[in-house]
Amino acid sequence: MNTDSKTYQAYAKAHAKRSPMARDIVRAFWVGGLICVIGELLKLLYSSLTIPEDLIKILIPVTLIFIAGLLTGIGVFDNIAKYAGAGTLVPITGFANSMIATAMDTKSEGMIMGVGAKMFIVAGPVIVYGTVASLIYGVILWIAERV
Amino acid sequence: MNEFLLTLIKAFIVGGALCAIAQIFIDKTALTPARILVAYVTVGVILTAVGLYEPLVKFAGCGATVPLTGFGYTLAKGVEKGVRQNGLIGALTGGLTGAAGGIAAAISFGYFFAVIFKGRPKN
Repeated sequence: MNTDSKTYQAYAKAHAKRSPMARDIVRAFWVGGLICVIGELLKLLYSSLTIPEDLIKILIPVTLIFIAGLLTGIGVFDNIAKYAGAGTLVPITGFANSMIATAMDTKSEGMIMGVGAKMFIVAGPVIVYGTVASLIYGVILWIAERV
Repeated sequence: MNEFLLTLIKAFIVGGALCAIAQIFIDKTALTPARILVAYVTVGVILTAVGLYEPLVKFAGCGATVPLTGFGYTLAKGVEKGVRQNGLIGALTGGLTGAAGGIAAAISFGYFFAVIFKGRPKN
């Protein structure tokens, strides 16, 4: 058997196990992409119900948050998230899951300091940095329009 | 119908790519999910401010608005509207006004689902 190194490398490459990272990226890509496609399908559904465009923009994330919440509640979301990684984390579903899962898991610590407070353990920083960044942008915009 | 299929494909590719980028950061660096989400929302605000995110939203629709960068986009668009309508006060109120639906939904659904379902406290 006279396999030169080039052919061997091609062979090895073709048969090598895909690295966990490549696998993670593919999973995140298709699940994340699919969630965005579901968003587009919701847009189609709501526009067929003649809901105004302004409201559709609000209804799409609200619906996705509701679905993510329900799946979190019945314990399915965790399994999907374990498979998809960033694929479920990055869409608005991940933001919703971070609130709903921590709210559920901290019920034993009480409805106020458990559910009420711990809900924001991940979502809080997102809201803080998002709000501060948008305020800075608003002030710059306001000044720029006056110069 | 073909045009609709194209819309779905664009949403799939852009949305998938935004998630894949985050996955690379998770695998290659020690960034926690919370840091990723904070980075995404902040980058979303910045890209909208410099005018780069709006074209992506026009191109990919939900592919750009559903990922958390889209949350930043919603905040930034709200601020633009607020400043146009109410000046400097609008800079303060516009962002959260724009994102109010999503935030209120996540808080209320979180609360109700926590009441209805039993959690699995981590040991």
